[in-house]
Amino acid sequence: MSMTITEHILAHASGKKKCDPGENIWVSADILMTHDVCGPGTIGVFKREFGNDAKVWDREKVVIIPDHYIFTSDEKCLRNIDVLRDFVKEQKLPYFYDPGTESYSGVCHVTLPEKGHCRPGEVLFGTDSHTCTHGAFGEFATGIGNTDAGFVMGTGKLLIKVPSSIKFIIDGKLPKGVLAKDIILKIIGDLGVDGATYCAMEFAGSTIDSLSMDERMTICNMAIEAGGKNGIIAPDEKTLSFVKGRTNKPFQCFHSSPDAKYMAIHKYDASKLEPVAAMPFSPDNVSKIRDIGDKKLDRAYIGSCTGGKITDFIYAAEILKDNKVKIPTYIVPATVEVENALSTEKIDGRTLSQIFIDAGCVEQAPPSCAACLGGPVDTYGRCNNSEICVSTTNRNFPGRMGSKNSKTILASPYTAAASAVAGRLADPRDYL
Amino acid sequence: MAQDIIKGKVFVVGDNIDTDQIIPAQYLNLVPTIPDEYKKLGSYALCGLPDSYKTRYIAADSVTTEYPIIVGTKNFGCGSSREHAPISLGAAGCKAVIANSFARIFFRNCIATGEVYPVETAEELAKAFKTGDEAEISLSTKTVKNMTTGKSFSFNDLGGVKDVIESGGIFNYARKSGMI
Ligand code: SF4
Repeated sequence: MSMTITEHILAHASGKKKCDPGENIWVSADILMTHDVCGPGTIGVFKREFGNDAKVWDREKVVIIPDHYIFTSDEKCLRNIDVLRDFVKEQKLPYFYDPGTESYSGVCHVTLPEKGHCRPGEVLFGTDSHTCTHGAFGEFATGIGNTDAGFVMGTGKLLIKVPSSIKFIIDGKLPKGVLAKDIILKIIGDLGVDGATYCAMEFAGSTIDSLSMDERMTICNMAIEAGGKNGIIAPDEKTLSFVKGRTNKPFQCFHSSPDAKYMAIHKYDASKLEPVAAMPFSPDNVSKIRDIGDKKLDRAYIGSCTGGKITDFIYAAEILKDNKVKIPTYIVPATVEVENALSTEKIDGRTLSQIFIDAGCVEQAPPSCAACLGGPVDTYGRCNNSEICVSTTNRNFPGRMGSKNSKTILASPYTAAASAVAGRLADPRDYL
Repeated sequence: MAQDIIKGKVFVVGDNIDTDQIIPAQYLNLVPTIPDEYKKLGSYALCGLPDSYKTRYIAADSVTTEYPIIVGTKNFGCGSSREHAPISLGAAGCKAVIANSFARIFFRNCIATGEVYPVETAEELAKAFKTGDEAEISLSTKTVKNMTTGKSFSFNDLGGVKDVIESGGIFNYARKSGMI
């Protein structure tokens, strides 16, 4: 059958031999993930529609990860985590990463793969738009709303439209100073924030093959920023060695057929890429750093599901190890596993945490989404005034990191670190 | 959702109205299935619009809107998957959003919840309407008329999701088709 990897997975999940873009099909979910922001509403819909005594369709497949509003005194936020706790108890759900306990993990999209919930060939639905991150593991993963999630919770199924696929082939060696974040920002800049609406974004080529799993996640994470339904990278040896260390469940790998049909194919020569940034107020407002000119900054932020993985901090530390920051620089590990690695990973004998302290960064926060999406006013790193912040996060719409008078510039961890040192938007190649 | 005519004042917005502008993240502590919090979400609808919008979607002394119809341009509802977005619009009293294009998850959430009609059009409505103009939408004839200027415009068929809308959302649709 001639199909793209996305079509293969969806056909398999719907029990069909073949499916075509545009077709509406019922697919079975392998994992449903929800968090503290959308979980209580999802549970509300589930109970309203299936009854108070209803049971979730499969306890092993519902994963609940509170991560957004954890370290706050906001009463409603804390109540929402309690709603999740009650539900987990009532339903006896085995996968719950409860704040304030040993099991707490942090940001859902980094937790899911770490804890073995991502497997090639599967269908993963999450009540969060960046669920597309998990396409990095060769699966179909997409964000849904509370009502759809309540439906999946009760039935294990969802009616979805098969997306057309757009292929991005990236070949060649990345120049010094250029990271996965630069690749995806460049693509979003070229495509526009609605350039892939409803489509699957499939990433391939020798550059993608050479990237670590963390860097592949950075790319798939931002498919939604071009409007994509999912991002996806075919599984290879790296995928398998990551996944097999974390799950015992069997899974099946799918690949695009050689004659699969694409809505469009875009080719990139990685060796020609440069460090870029997305200026306020849109992720597609992308320019080369060297073309932007002088931009004074008020703070730097390194964190989130796209920019707070261990690899991101290693990159930032490469620059911060010999320098001092000129502006407040916030460090938010995505998960407890990343947080632990910050105190074990070393560069030239110093741990990453020590490097950040020595460079003068703000005291490191405990893992969570923190200021990536603003949140309650007492959130760590939130822009409460008219700050201009260079950030490794994924969105910079008005008010994304707090006050609607603040401004967010999206960039790679190299660029964020170099800019923190300069106090102005800086090209990381000058610091490497 | 079984009505045909939607009448009322229009509120005009620009490109890429994202979910943080529709309902800023600090209000996501509200749970839409709790009735009081549903109303509260409505009172914050579109409060994240920049101050350059001189007319506010919800007047300072009100908790609902006087504009049941929103006219947008491209990529309305982009950003997060929060269902709080269509719900806050619906709770505020919005009945329909007409735009040149919608972001996928927002569109889907409109259909699944039945809160507002997401209507796509190729016409440049943002130029043909001013905030405050009276409009009348007819779903059966797929037209929207600007009652202030007298001009009429057409919009697209709802396509594959029509069955789901006409059933009143994903749950009713699944019940009707024997899925649940
Ligand atoms: S880190 Fe940011 S983008 Fe990622 S899930 Fe949390 S709020 Fe969303």
